Amino acid sequence: MKFGRERPFAVLPFLVLPLVPLLDRNNSHIDFLTNAGAFILLALGLNIVVGFAGLLDLGYAAFFAIGSYSYAMLASQQFGIHIPFWVMLFVASVIAAIFGILLGAPTLRLRGDYLAIVTLGFGEIVPQTFLNLTQYTNGPNGISPLDSPSLFGHSFGFSATPYYEVMLALIALAVLLATNLQSSRLGRAWMAIREDELAARHMGINTTTAKLAAFALGASFSGLAGVAYAAKLSLVSPDQFQFNVSVLVLSMLVLGGMGNIWGVIVGSFTLSFINGFLLPQSTNLAHSMHLNLDFTNYRFMLYGVILVAMMLFRPEGLIPSKQRRAEFREAKLDPALAAEEQGEYTLGPGPGAGTGG
Amino acid sequence: MTPLLRLTDVRKTFGGLVAVNALSFEIEAGAIVAMIGPNGAGKSTVFNLITGVYEPTSGAIDLDGRTICGLKTHAIAGLGIARTFQNIRLFAFMSALDNVMTGRHSRMRASLFDSLLHTPAQRGEEKRVRERARELLRFCGLEREADDYARNLSYGHQRRLEIARALASEPKLLLLDEPAAGMNPREKSDLIELIRRIRDSGVTVFLIEHDMHLVMNVSERITVLDHGEKIAEGLPEAVRNDERVIEAYLGRETPAG
Repeated sequence: MKFGRERPFAVLPFLVLPLVPLLDRNNSHIDFLTNAGAFILLALGLNIVVGFAGLLDLGYAAFFAIGSYSYAMLASQQFGIHIPFWVMLFVASVIAAIFGILLGAPTLRLRGDYLAIVTLGFGEIVPQTFLNLTQYTNGPNGISPLDSPSLFGHSFGFSATPYYEVMLALIALAVLLATNLQSSRLGRAWMAIREDELAARHMGINTTTAKLAAFALGASFSGLAGVAYAAKLSLVSPDQFQFNVSVLVLSMLVLGGMGNIWGVIVGSFTLSFINGFLLPQSTNLAHSMHLNLDFTNYRFMLYGVILVAMMLFRPEGLIPSKQRRAEFREAKLDPALAAEEQGEYTLGPGPGAGTGG
Repeated sequence: MTPLLRLTDVRKTFGGLVAVNALSFEIEAGAIVAMIGPNGAGKSTVFNLITGVYEPTSGAIDLDGRTICGLKTHAIAGLGIARTFQNIRLFAFMSALDNVMTGRHSRMRASLFDSLLHTPAQRGEEKRVRERARELLRFCGLEREADDYARNLSYGHQRRLEIARALASEPKLLLLDEPAAGMNPREKSDLIELIRRIRDSGVTVFLIEHDMHLVMNVSERITVLDHGEKIAEGLPEAVRNDERVIEAYLGRETPAG
C-alpha cells in the first residue's frame, strides 16, 4: 500500500489530528469535529461515484440511511439483536454495498440528467420506506437508544472523544482505499468511462460491472459513516436522511473539487464548519449582544451563495484534480470544446449517438 | 485453414434502411486488407458489426471459427479485436500513457480487491503494463508525448495514439477506421510504414480508407462496398480497374450525345 508522492503529506494529518482531544477539552468541539468526520466519509464515498466514475447521484443519503438503520436494527433492543459495533462496521458497509448494486443496476443505461433524476427518486424512496415500515422502525419516532460501542471492555459512553478517534481511523482507511482505487485498473476504467463510454467498451472494459463497482464501493463508505454516526447519536430517525443531506454532500464535492480526495475533504470540512460551528457560534454571539438574530436560518442561503460564487469564479472546485482543472480551463479557452461540453447536457442524442447503439 | 475473420451473408437494417446487405468476406491471418467505398457505403457499419456495437439483423460473424455475434463489445475486445475510430475517440483528459494503459484493460488481471488494496500482484502488474505501454508509445513514435494529455497532441499524433492504445490489448485483428484522415503526405508515408510494422509483429490489419494512394500501396486485398453491398473484391490492381468500382466512385459514363 502506498500514497505515492503525496505520502508524507497524507500521513501527517493522521498523526496530529488524534491528539486534538488532548488539547481541546471542550466536548462540544470534539462532537462537532466527529460529525464533520462523518460527512467527510460520506463525501469520500460519493466522490467515488460522481468524481471517479462520473455518475451523478442525487440520492446518496439513501446509503447513509441504510448504514445507520442497519446498526439501529442489529445493535439495539429493537429486535434484541446486539452485534458488536466493530463487526457492524463491516456488516453495514456490505449491506450498503449490496443496496448500492441493487439501486445502481436499474440506472445503468441512463446518463447525465436522467441518471440524476432516478437517483433522486431512490433518495426519496429509502427514507420513506423506513418511515412507513413502522412495525420494524418505529416510523417517525426512529430507533433509540442504540448499543454503545466498547473497546477492550470500556464502553464509549457519552464522551465524543472515542467516536472522534474512530471517525479519524475510518477516514484514514477511506483515504487509503480511495487513493489506491484512483491509480488502479478499476480507477482507470472509471476515468475512461467518464471520458468516453463507447471507447471504453472497445478497450475491453465491462462498463456494467465497473459502474456497479462504483455504486457498491461508494455506498460502502456511507455504510461506515452511517454506523459510526448512528452509534454516536444513539438514535436513527427518517428525517436525518432527507434530500438536503444528499445535496449537502454533493455541494461538498463541488466546493472542494470533484475527483480529488484532498479537495473533497477540504470542501466537506468547510461546509460542516459553516453549518455546525460558524453559524451556531455567530448566533450565540448575537444573542449575547441581545440581538434577535438566528444565523442558522440563513444556512441554505449561504450555501446557495457559495455555490453560485464557485460556479462563477472557480467551477473546478477549491482543490481540483488535474483532469478537472484542465477540463474547465481548456473549455474556457477553446470555444469548440465549450460547445461540445454544452452538447452533453442537451436533451437530444449526445456526442456518442452516432456510433453508439 | 480457418480464416481469422469470416462474415457470412451479413445483413443490417435500421428500420427501413438497409445499411449492409448480403455481405460475405474472409480475412486471412497475417494480411493487410482494406475496405473502400463511397461515403455512406456502410463501411463504418461493418466495423460496428464486427466490434459488437451493432448486432447483425441476420448472418454470421466468426473469429477464428467461433461466432462472435451477440457478444458485447467489451467481450469481443477481450477476444482480440481492437479498433480505432473515424472521429478520434481518445480519452481526452488522460495522458497518452494512461490511454495506452487503459487499452491494456482486457489483458489485466487485477480484481476489485487488488485495486482497493494495491496487493503486490497488482503493483507488479501495473509496473509491467506501464513498461509495455511505454514500449508501444515508442513503437508508434510517441515516446516524448507520454505525459501529455491526449487532447493536446497534434492531429497526426492523436491518430497514432489511437493505434498504440488499440495495440495495447495485443489484438489478433486491428481495425483502422480512416487512419490517414487529415494527415499530411509525410505523416501518411510514416503511417504506411507503421501499418507494415504492425503486420510484421503478427497483427492482422483491416482498414477503411479513402486515400487511394495509401490503400493501393499498403493493402494486399481490397473489398469494395457500395450501398451496403460488396461490388468487388481482390488484388489492388484488379480492383482499381474494375468497372463497377469506377462507376461507384465516378458515376456511369454517358455516351456523348
